[in-house]
Amino acid sequence: MTVETLGLTAERCVELLDAREVSCRELVEAYLDRIGAHDGDFNAFVRTRRDLALAEADAFDRDGRSGLQGVPIALKDILCTRGEETTAGSRILAGHKPMYDAGAVTRVKNAGMIPLGKTNMDEFAMGSSTEHSAYGVTHNPWDPTRVPGGSSGGSAAAVAAGFAPLALGTDTGGSIRQPAALCGVVGLKPTYGAVSRHGLIAFGSSLDQVGPFALTVRDAALAFATIAGRDHCDSTSVELSEPVRIPDREDLAGVRIGVPTKLLDQGVEPGVRASFDASLEVAEGLGASVSEVELPHAHHGLPAYYLIAPAEASANLARFDGVRYGLRLEEPGDTVVDMYGRTRSSGFGAEVKRRIMLGTYVLSAGYYDAYYGTALKVRTLIRQDFDRAFGDVDVIAMPASPTVAFTIGERVDDPWAMYACDVLTVPLNLAGLPGISIPCGLSEELPVGLQLAGPPFSENRLLDAAHAMERALQFDPVPPRLGQGVA
Amino acid sequence: MAKLANLSLDEAEVDRMATQLSGILEHVDALSTLDLTGVPPTSHPLPLVNLTRPDRSRPSWPLDEVLEGAPDVADNMFRVPPTS
Repeated sequence: MTVETLGLTAERCVELLDAREVSCRELVEAYLDRIGAHDGDFNAFVRTRRDLALAEADAFDRDGRSGLQGVPIALKDILCTRGEETTAGSRILAGHKPMYDAGAVTRVKNAGMIPLGKTNMDEFAMGSSTEHSAYGVTHNPWDPTRVPGGSSGGSAAAVAAGFAPLALGTDTGGSIRQPAALCGVVGLKPTYGAVSRHGLIAFGSSLDQVGPFALTVRDAALAFATIAGRDHCDSTSVELSEPVRIPDREDLAGVRIGVPTKLLDQGVEPGVRASFDASLEVAEGLGASVSEVELPHAHHGLPAYYLIAPAEASANLARFDGVRYGLRLEEPGDTVVDMYGRTRSSGFGAEVKRRIMLGTYVLSAGYYDAYYGTALKVRTLIRQDFDRAFGDVDVIAMPASPTVAFTIGERVDDPWAMYACDVLTVPLNLAGLPGISIPCGLSEELPVGLQLAGPPFSENRLLDAAHAMERALQFDPVPPRLGQGVA
Repeated sequence: MAKLANLSLDEAEVDRMATQLSGILEHVDALSTLDLTGVPPTSHPLPLVNLTRPDRSRPSWPLDEVLEGAPDVADNMFRVPPTS
């Protein structure tokens, strides 16, 4: 049978495979064919692995399968894949074939899921639009003249466009939740420590976290359950105290939702605000109580983040020096230091160089206390705000992005305008908290994301609440312009 | 600063970077108005305890695999230009 992958959930893939209505090969081939036919319009993938994926599918068709075995998935190209090129959106890693799989990739493979390929991203995950990639811009499936968000824009676009039922991304300051919002899909940023960072090419080590994109909250839970847990290769990863539940809750009776009203004055567009407010009414209709909550320091999250993340990045990216792997540029007579400079200047794009310079500056002698030291203290205040707020409410709700998807090129020359995309997402990274974005409506015919946040390791609570909201909101995640082509 | 970061920037890049970084620093300067007396710094989001594993010897990565992606190799080592 022919498989229509647009709007096809991972749960439905499993049903089709279990019932033998389709073979693994037919399923994987349907996705790969759709990528082949349409990804020219979006550039969600930097490369696919057709032959390997089909061979893996054939093995399941031959030997039998169960569970998630045979379900396709897309991987952000910041996650190392053994023997398969991994570039993190950067020219400096062109041709780089890692020696090991990332922890999350190992779990995906152990579950028998079939990676279709690697998705496009802002270089080293630094950006909010997937315009800062050495491998071209990714286009939003809802409107190809607009950005998909970033940095995991390729993963978000792949799920929205029917190129994969699931995708993994990473979130350092919003890089899962914001592109999920802009592409009308579900994106979960787990609690810091819930998923291994081993083999995730590091950007901001105290902030980075791997998480899933999906068409439904239940699918996101399935993927999260697959990748979560302790990995001895990441000393900050932990075993979850309770297993991930696949949510089935249909109401919000007794759930206390807090809204940080003052934070929402930070440049949230009227259309986004209207959609968000309407979703709060839906929550109340489901039995939730909605009240205002104070996060007095959350608006300082953006400046604190743009000191801490570049500081960590400037140290993490020092390893790319043309010695052990990746690009090397060298002229006759160069010293090793000349070679470093030549390689890095040519291998890194403008945004990455900007952040390395910023990070180097704020860590330098004489400025360390004024900038980096101050930011770390502000981080404490932000964390304490959340601790206090979660004494009064179970879940904090806010939009994931202050705007809908913006036009390609609109912000790329104005760094702070781009950074401002992250104003509602960075506070959670600074505090290490989990957050999920689900599509809650449209503004200007583009998706709006509702972000729900909870205390550390409250993913089950968030998934339950998000599932109940998703059922009530009835958002159709298939972009109309793509759906029209389907009989 | 570029030297510290091991970046060789041309003059146009230095000019552009200086303007953009000054702009960014103006925004982050908002933090300097906060009274942070007595606030401890947070370098890590959650009070996670470092995990350790038994210190047992295990085989190293195969040398040929380690060196396979290297731009330049000599005698099982990464070769680089002279240090001065």
